Amino acid sequence: MKTTVPVILAFLAGLVMIVSFFFNPERTILGRLESEVLVWVTIVGGFSLLLGVVSITRVNWRAVQMRKSGWGYSLCTLLAVFIMAIPAMLPVSWSTKFGRNEGSLYDWLFFWVDYPMMATMFAMLAFYIASAAYRAFRARTPEATLLLLTATVVMLWRIPMGETFLRLFSDRLPEWINTYIMGGANLAVQRGILIGAALGAASMSLRLMLGIERTYMGKG
Amino acid sequence: MLARRKSTISLPLLAVILCVLLHETVHARPADAIFRVDRINALAAVVIFSAVVLLYTRWAKQGKTLFLRKIAGLDAVEEAVGRATEMGKPVLFIPGIQEIDEIETIAGIAILGRVARITAQYETPLFVPVRYPMVLAAGQEVVEQAYIEAGKPDSYNKDIVRYVAGEQFAFTATVNGMMLRDRPAANIYMGAFFAESLLLAETGNAAGSIQIAGTARPEQLPFFIAACDYTLMGEELYAASAYLSHEPLMLGGLKGQDLMKVFIVAAIIIGIILMTFGWGETFQVLFKES
Repeated sequence: MKTTVPVILAFLAGLVMIVSFFFNPERTILGRLESEVLVWVTIVGGFSLLLGVVSITRVNWRAVQMRKSGWGYSLCTLLAVFIMAIPAMLPVSWSTKFGRNEGSLYDWLFFWVDYPMMATMFAMLAFYIASAAYRAFRARTPEATLLLLTATVVMLWRIPMGETFLRLFSDRLPEWINTYIMGGANLAVQRGILIGAALGAASMSLRLMLGIERTYMGKG
Repeated sequence: MLARRKSTISLPLLAVILCVLLHETVHARPADAIFRVDRINALAAVVIFSAVVLLYTRWAKQGKTLFLRKIAGLDAVEEAVGRATEMGKPVLFIPGIQEIDEIETIAGIAILGRVARITAQYETPLFVPVRYPMVLAAGQEVVEQAYIEAGKPDSYNKDIVRYVAGEQFAFTATVNGMMLRDRPAANIYMGAFFAESLLLAETGNAAGSIQIAGTARPEQLPFFIAACDYTLMGEELYAASAYLSHEPLMLGGLKGQDLMKVFIVAAIIIGIILMTFGWGETFQVLFKES
């Protein structure tokens, strides 16, 4: 029962998505099923948010209680969760600082704390790219040397000063890089991976629908 | 007898439905048609693909031996967990940062079940931070089942799979913090990743962990290849659960997928030849996206 019901539900959900794709949503209910099911997914997702809040509170509260290493971070997490969430849920009629409107505490925290921190994390990517590139482009083998040379040429082509430098050799060199390296070798490999991945995804979907693949339930 | 009666009822019904659809398709304007005739090529592809996969699955069920090439990244999973056990350090598993309705996340969750079974057998601590509550629920179910099947239900606790943050970079910052504080011996990334892929993999590399990654997103693959010890590329991620389980039925699906690839390569070669000589217009229509 614990396995059969999920398999039947997975089959029906998959079938709805496939059938819906081939029918006109303006003329039949079959065509509208896909968007209907996606609305259900959003509703279920909204309710499941409570699970997340329970999990984050339990894990971090236990860390604070037991004074585990780094418990201060757990305390910050708990404070952040509740300071953001509680005023956002209170009615605006009580105070203009409540709710999620402009000028509310939630709005202030989002734009002046959360957003800059996320931007900082994203900006740090530049340093991580530099360290990864340093390791990847070491010319230890003929293949790595070829990768290094290709990457150098492509990076030169991507920056205005580099493009001017490349044009010193030939006016058509930047177009050549665009056509043959990026639009040729690079795109061909990317498409190869995409075709394989798409077939893999389709094959896995079919296995899920038919109940052959049950590992997502911890079975098999 | 029952089967024969069923077929005598269902065949006329099927014929009536087909006639109605055909009538609608032929006589109605494309905007008014019930059936999307412009997607008939996709329907043909679905039917052929399903038939091929089912055929191979049937052969596998009959006991036919199916060859599967070695995937080094998946063979390394047990080695990585073994290393973590020897070092007395945890294993960190991330099933991507997308929702459970994403097929890459489901593939990640399927691999998580296998990894959890190994960590349960070796009694190695496992951490699974997730970004969505629905992934949390699915992950907890899979890990609990894996611990029960490994005969270690008492070693399971709900906090193995934990929700850490809903925002992409808040999630990344939390996981990076875990990597630097707990120094896991093995980091396994399986699923859909975006800009955080390199932030996670480089931090794991700096923490000295053995790293295995798998994603179907070509734009993130170079980052994982540069920073991880093993990387599963594209279809290998979806093949992982079948590869690790060695179940003939699941391997049948993989072989069917390979045959479809042969069809696609053949279509590409035929298309190139036809287009080169200027005869490819009709052939191109067969593959038109609508």
